[in-house]
Amino acid sequence: MIVDVNVSLSRWPLRRLPCDETPRLVAKLKEHGVTQAWAGSFDGLLHRDIAGVNARLAEECRRDGEGILIPFGSINPMLPDWTEDLRRCHEDWHMPGIRLHPNYHGYELKDPVFSEVLALAEQRGLIVQLVARMDDVRVQHPLLRVPDVDLRPLGELVAGRTKLRVVLLNGSGALRGEQRKRVGALPNVWMDIATLEGLGGVGSLLEDVPLAQVVFGSHCPLFNFESALLKMQESELSAQQSAAIFHENARRLLGR
Amino acid sequence: MTLPKCELTRREALGRIGATATAALVANNWVKMSQAADARPKAMIWDAHGHLGGARSPEESIARSLRYADRMGIDRVVVSMGMSFVYDPSPEELRRQNDEVLRAVRFAPDRVFGFVYVNPKHVKASLDEIDRCVRDGPMVGVKLWVAMRCNEANLDPIVRHAVELKAPILQHTYLKITGNLPGESTPADLVELARRHPDASFLCAHTGADWERGIRWIRGVKNVWADVCGSDPTAGMVEMAVRELGAERVVYGSDFPGRSFASQLAKVTSANLPETARRLILGENLRRLLLPILTAKGIRA
Repeated sequence: MIVDVNVSLSRWPLRRLPCDETPRLVAKLKEHGVTQAWAGSFDGLLHRDIAGVNARLAEECRRDGEGILIPFGSINPMLPDWTEDLRRCHEDWHMPGIRLHPNYHGYELKDPVFSEVLALAEQRGLIVQLVARMDDVRVQHPLLRVPDVDLRPLGELVAGRTKLRVVLLNGSGALRGEQRKRVGALPNVWMDIATLEGLGGVGSLLEDVPLAQVVFGSHCPLFNFESALLKMQESELSAQQSAAIFHENARRLLGR
Repeated sequence: MTLPKCELTRREALGRIGATATAALVANNWVKMSQAADARPKAMIWDAHGHLGGARSPEESIARSLRYADRMGIDRVVVSMGMSFVYDPSPEELRRQNDEVLRAVRFAPDRVFGFVYVNPKHVKASLDEIDRCVRDGPMVGVKLWVAMRCNEANLDPIVRHAVELKAPILQHTYLKITGNLPGESTPADLVELARRHPDASFLCAHTGADWERGIRWIRGVKNVWADVCGSDPTAGMVEMAVRELGAERVVYGSDFPGRSFASQLAKVTSANLPETARRLILGENLRRLLLPILTAKGIRA
């Protein structure tokens, strides 16, 4: 049983991917034992009609998700009337959370608008997925150079928000040493393993972040799903640790 | 309560590398799965690209890496450069770093292949190191990193000597939109060098990392192999490499310990390829590249 908290539907803007059609993605996930996948949309990176993106995401998860896809709508707080998009995600599409791409949408965590998003999400009980990066900044397309999200302000911003739940996607590899430990000390921040690198990366992550805050995320279909899966094999984990990361922590977080 | 760790042997792990294996992994039913009937011979996995580091000694470093290699079913690994990364090593530093690799090779001679680290800014010292470590020692290849771009003439005597010893050459390449280091080669630089030396065998490390361009650069030069190591596990990389180069010119490597075996192996194990192609990439191509020098040295492989 696996809950994958980090998959995306639709098309990566820069190339076709082997699993960028939802039925194929779902088949791949199910082949590997995924029973639930939290899905955002690649369209949420660059499209300005975010309401349309989220409507398609919700419909595609319902129509082609075979019961395993849970939609997480994109919110771009730099667009006019973004709070209506957030309302629709919650009330119309019944999404359990939202996905944020500050680096693609042109704001930083220290900007007041990010705090506003967190406050509204907390009020509504929505999980916030914060995506630290999509791809390696060193090899990006020259016309689409997007820096990693500067995560340093995160601790201060989430510290007082006891009901807020933030899942940091693709952030575990970028954070190093003391910075990773500081994020790990925030009880309302979870981290996925998609971009972890180095031998025994999951085991190393558990030295910095409590087990209860580590979740399985693959970043599929941009990354090969098996990368995250094999990382779980590479590290010497107990059955208890594996179960917590593969599904228990995410299920507890989602409350289903 | 802490449950016992899941013990995993290399043979069991070997059986697990493949699309059908993961369901058992996720169920933590590992031993059971490894015992499941599977008549196919297990794929031989040789890792073309690894380093030392993250430990107090070369022996400790390679022992740690081999423990993870066992968990991932990797049979043999290539190691080059010492315990610290030095962009532009002096002759003394080269000797020190190669001594550390020699210690790693001696620690596990049946698992570890050493590639001698050289610096084209010091041609005489580099040739001496090749003699010491390859001609007269156990190493079986040459490693070039970022001291000097590899299209320079200084490379020529080094390549000629490698050819004399039947040693393949592992050349670092990157195509960084953020800017390469002054001496950092691109796949285009390597293509220049490879065209000057059609009798030499070159591994294009990282395939430029910007692999969609890297693959295109090396496509027409048959004595250059794509080493798929050391970049994000982006889906489709190996499929494109096989489509454009042929499976015979694609080689699995990881760039451990900085990269995980897992993320880099996944590029190959997840690729939509015939099993024969996967086996070539995972180990048979590297074995073919090394076989002339291994045979000359009387090393069984």
